[in-house]
Amino acid sequence: MAFESLAGRLQETMKKIRGKGKVSEADVKQMAREVRLALLEADVNFKVVKSFVSRIQERAVGQEVLKSLTPGQQVIKVVQEELANLMGGDQTKLNFALKPPTVILFVGLQGAGKTTSAAKLANFIRKANNKKPMMIAADVYRPAAIKQLQTLGGQLNIPVFTLGDKVSPVEIVRQGIEQAKAEHNDLILIDTAGRLHVDDVLMDELEQIKAVSHPDEIFLVVDAMTGQDAVNVASSFNDRLDLTGVIMTKLDGDTRGGAALSIRSVTGTPIKFVGMGEKMDAIEPFHPDRMASRILGMGDVLSLIEKA
Amino acid sequence: SKTRQSFSEKVNNLVKRYRKVDEDFFEELEDILIESDVGVTTVMDLVEKLKDEARTRNIKDSDKLKDVIVEVLSDFLTKSKDETKLNLNPDGLTVILMVGVNGAGKTTTAGKLANRLRNEGKSVLLAAADTFRAGAIDQLQVWGDRAGIDVIKHQEGSDPASVVFDALKAAKSRHADVLLCDTAGRLQNKVNLMKELEKIKRVINRECPGAPQEVLLVLDATTGQNALNQAKLFRQASDVTGIVLTKLDGTAKGGIVLAVRHELDIPVKLVGLGEKINDLQVFDADAFVYGLFSE
Ligand SMILES: Nc1nc2c(ncn2[C@@H]2O[C@H](COP(=O)(O)OP(=O)(O)OP(=O)(O)O)[C@@H](O)[C@H]2O)c(=O)[nH]1
Ligand SMILES: Nc1nc2c(ncn2[C@@H]2O[C@H](COP(=O)(O)OP(=O)(O)OP(=O)(O)O)[C@@H](O)[C@H]2O)c(=O)[nH]1
Ligand SMILES: [Mg+2]
Ligand SMILES: [Mg+2]
Repeated sequence: MAFESLAGRLQETMKKIRGKGKVSEADVKQMAREVRLALLEADVNFKVVKSFVSRIQERAVGQEVLKSLTPGQQVIKVVQEELANLMGGDQTKLNFALKPPTVILFVGLQGAGKTTSAAKLANFIRKANNKKPMMIAADVYRPAAIKQLQTLGGQLNIPVFTLGDKVSPVEIVRQGIEQAKAEHNDLILIDTAGRLHVDDVLMDELEQIKAVSHPDEIFLVVDAMTGQDAVNVASSFNDRLDLTGVIMTKLDGDTRGGAALSIRSVTGTPIKFVGMGEKMDAIEPFHPDRMASRILGMGDVLSLIEKA
Repeated sequence: SKTRQSFSEKVNNLVKRYRKVDEDFFEELEDILIESDVGVTTVMDLVEKLKDEARTRNIKDSDKLKDVIVEVLSDFLTKSKDETKLNLNPDGLTVILMVGVNGAGKTTTAGKLANRLRNEGKSVLLAAADTFRAGAIDQLQVWGDRAGIDVIKHQEGSDPASVVFDALKAAKSRHADVLLCDTAGRLQNKVNLMKELEKIKRVINRECPGAPQEVLLVLDATTGQNALNQAKLFRQASDVTGIVLTKLDGTAKGGIVLAVRHELDIPVKLVGLGEKINDLQVFDADAFVYGLFSE
């Protein structure tokens, strides 16, 4: 599973320092080097890694550690706190409109998992919050994108609004929302075409879609296997659209998933859901704090510190 | 060539900021490469090699190291001139199998490549062996229509190996030159799905000895270090013969192919540069290396 090998790497490093009764600057340096490697191999953005490593280094040779009785464990605590910081705190809840319908817009690069995630989330919220969803097919570019959404809608028994692929996405969204209101759908999910964050024309289109649909959530859908470019992508989409959350997909793979850490730390946008497979029920709310603990195997380490 | 020159310009830039070949210089070079997803291990190997070269050739001026950088990077990427060439059967049917993780660009690349081969005068068929993903068959059909190429297909949900079996039969009876098989996206750690791929390959090999001539692993250029695992496990399951690096029209550099080439010895053959039918090019190592250093 994703994150696991990052977890393994960091735990190995932490083991070496855990029992130390005295921590020298050289120890910290060595640890910092290993942490840096582990994070880079997990695709955490190199700038994020730089500042992360210098923060833990600074704190680990500081007073709070040197003066403690268990410096080794104290160092681990520092790493854990900084990691939790990087991932963000508690799970963030979905924003629902005070006056229905609630509108959720899905955006992102090509092939990230927008269409699949839109259908999964429609199904998830329908069950969890007892809503009556409708999906809008606003991808008029990708071959058979509408068909894909219709097929998923059919499987889930969720209506899909389409005007074919000859009408502009902005117009489709405008009319789709009218229709949803008329039919008393209180949850609208808008699937958009994949696009590059540097494609001005298509990024403008998203701004227009946002303007006509007043979304309560704008989710950037990101492939968990994304490398160093994740921060550029997320920052660009965020600058244009003010994202409210991120959905990380394909976490059922064996990626180390460092993009999750970078995006949160660079844009401040929380990861709200993760995709765990191709099936329609493979979506879960994301708990950053739990994930940070899991990465360091902190369950036991923290309790060790508490005992000490 | 032009690309080489502009690449040199980029390296020149780096060189201008650091007159001397010192630790700072190498550190910045390391950052540039890491930022391009080359991967820490490969970057360290590369930089070690550069440091060695600098030492043995007694290079102190960063200016003089420039050409060595180009040399070493290109060496990492290409072993021979011909390796980007597709292996096409000169007499008889060539089968090309597209494999890769979800959303990488298999179907799109199959469409583009079919069109390209057709334009070269070959008779081409497409097989819709992704029977799983919603809309996958229709998607390939649209590409078939665009290129004017027939698509062999079954119902959604049917057995992909039997689609391929039928497509092979059709290709033989029509005396087609090339059969291009699209397959469903699968993450490399899904054992069952990888077995399914093995089965597809076995069917091809049984019906058509010597085939598939090409198994193209489609890699998304935005992918980071996981691409190495992808290459390893897809090669295990299907003897990958080459890589198609897609979505290079974005800002991602796709540097991980350096590691894939270096550690696994799989060459990049084609690159995807957009969503249009002609946005497919033969891989050009120089242009690629230039791309690593562009803003
Ligand atoms: N294993 C796995 N596959 C996923 C997940 N989410 C999406 N996929 C697959 O990823 C591929 C791309 O998903 P889509 O939903 O079509 O992606 P998209 O962002 O809508 O793509 P475009 O519309 O072309 O930009 C499909 O094969 C999906 O089945 C996930 O969480 N796990
Ligand atoms: N910008 C850009 N987009 C591309 C390129 N190649 C493919 N795409 C887009 O990426 C998305 C996914 O492409 P597909 O061909 O459906 O990928 P796939 O590997 O067949 O996906 P699955 O069958 O779901 O696993 C589509 O929106 C394509 O238009 C490329 O070179 N550049
Ligand atoms: Mg889509
Ligand atoms: Mg496909």
